[in-house]
Amino acid sequence: MSSIPEELSYTKEHEWVAGPADGVVTVGITAFAADALGDVVYVQLPEAGATVEAGDAVGEVESTKSVSDIYAPVSGEVTEVNQAVVDDPSLVNSDSYGDGWLFRVRVENTPDDLLTAEQYTAVTTAES
Amino acid sequence: MSRSTPLREVHESLGATLTDFAGWLMPLRYGSESAEHNAVRTAAGLFDLSHMGEIFVTGPQAGEALDHALVGHLSALAPGRARYTMICAPDGGVLDDLIVYRLAAEEFLVVANASNYARVAAELAERAAGFQADVEDRSDRYALVAIQGPRAEEILGTLTDADLPSLKYYAGLPGTVAGIDALIARTGYTGEDGFELFVAAGDAVALWQELAKAGDAHGLRPAGLSARDTLRLEAGMPLYGNELNAGLTPFDAGLGRVVKFDKPGDFVGRAALAPLKDVPPRRRLVGLVARGRRVPRHGYPVVLPADGAVVGEVTSGAPSQSLGKPIAMAYVDTEVSEGVAVDIRGSHEPVDLVDLPFYRRNT
Repeated sequence: MSSIPEELSYTKEHEWVAGPADGVVTVGITAFAADALGDVVYVQLPEAGATVEAGDAVGEVESTKSVSDIYAPVSGEVTEVNQAVVDDPSLVNSDSYGDGWLFRVRVENTPDDLLTAEQYTAVTTAES
Repeated sequence: MSRSTPLREVHESLGATLTDFAGWLMPLRYGSESAEHNAVRTAAGLFDLSHMGEIFVTGPQAGEALDHALVGHLSALAPGRARYTMICAPDGGVLDDLIVYRLAAEEFLVVANASNYARVAAELAERAAGFQADVEDRSDRYALVAIQGPRAEEILGTLTDADLPSLKYYAGLPGTVAGIDALIARTGYTGEDGFELFVAAGDAVALWQELAKAGDAHGLRPAGLSARDTLRLEAGMPLYGNELNAGLTPFDAGLGRVVKFDKPGDFVGRAALAPLKDVPPRRRLVGLVARGRRVPRHGYPVVLPADGAVVGEVTSGAPSQSLGKPIAMAYVDTEVSEGVAVDIRGSHEPVDLVDLPFYRRNT
């Protein structure tokens, strides 16, 4: 069973949200989702500077067997994308909550349906 | 409820991700499917293929019955040899692709896909009715384990007295592996040298464990269906349900060579297939290599970027370990040879048309 860090927030789409720190959150996909995808071979991320709305599909992650959308978990402006994960998508598998982060957003609005670690654990249990 | 192979507990103990495939709970991957793929290309991989169907056709007219039931000329097959062939509907549509082994003068083993073998067994029984031949589906009594890769012969050789160096591609002989009775066949679905071992279901776990132990020092690793699919795709091998289906004839799939019109007697599908022999099909099966990094997948349209006209459809696609790019097989209009794209969820991604296979091992 992959870990689900206590300090992060989550979405039903298996993304994690860290922060905000100075108004900026960091977004990635969970280890549970990465395990389910298998080896990630390609990650397409939003452009830095783009404005995103919570729930929008803003990118995609491809593995050997499937492709999934990446959603914006919050609304705001994308301040930074992780070029390292674009260059080496396997970081999503090897370090989902660390070097495998995807992008950062200056938060204008946080939806009220983000999940706690406990709530997200229930989602993963239901899907396993 | 999915069925389990005799090796399910072994897969679970190895930490496999299990998936439903054609009604069977099968290992999708054990860890990284890319590492499993690469192990088969560079060393060896161990596969559980016990979901495949084993149908025995026996009797004085077993060969003639198969000549009638299938498109190939099986009565001409020498004992100990195998053929890739197909079973077609009367309208010429492919019901399944098969490997047929002639085990003895009056004994044939028909290996069918998991998704089709019940249908194949029923069709064979019906089509063999007028012959002195018995058809028996023994799928539940057999397990099938494959060892594939450049080091497969070396590993298997430590466990058997069988003369592996003399065993030709598409040949099979009875022997023992680690003391277990097996049909040892030099066949596979990976584009590498390798063997498929048919054993009694009750021997599957012991066989697997002996092979795993013998292969450990040679880089052998268990490999799941995900790696099997990318390996066969690189090798340009068709998968029933993707490149083959009942709506396509062997000629549509570019595999008309398996239809043997010069064999004696009539066979199911002949009348429908004969007129197609010299008619170029509307579409042909080609390879696509993506220029970008997005992956063309099953069902995506192949288009002309200028006007978006659909000129084909992707049947299988995946990121290729060996090429480092996404690859796909697709049926594409015969007059189109370049300048195409794949519509990947609304955007036209350029691809190059190439001949199959994508990968050919060094021999």
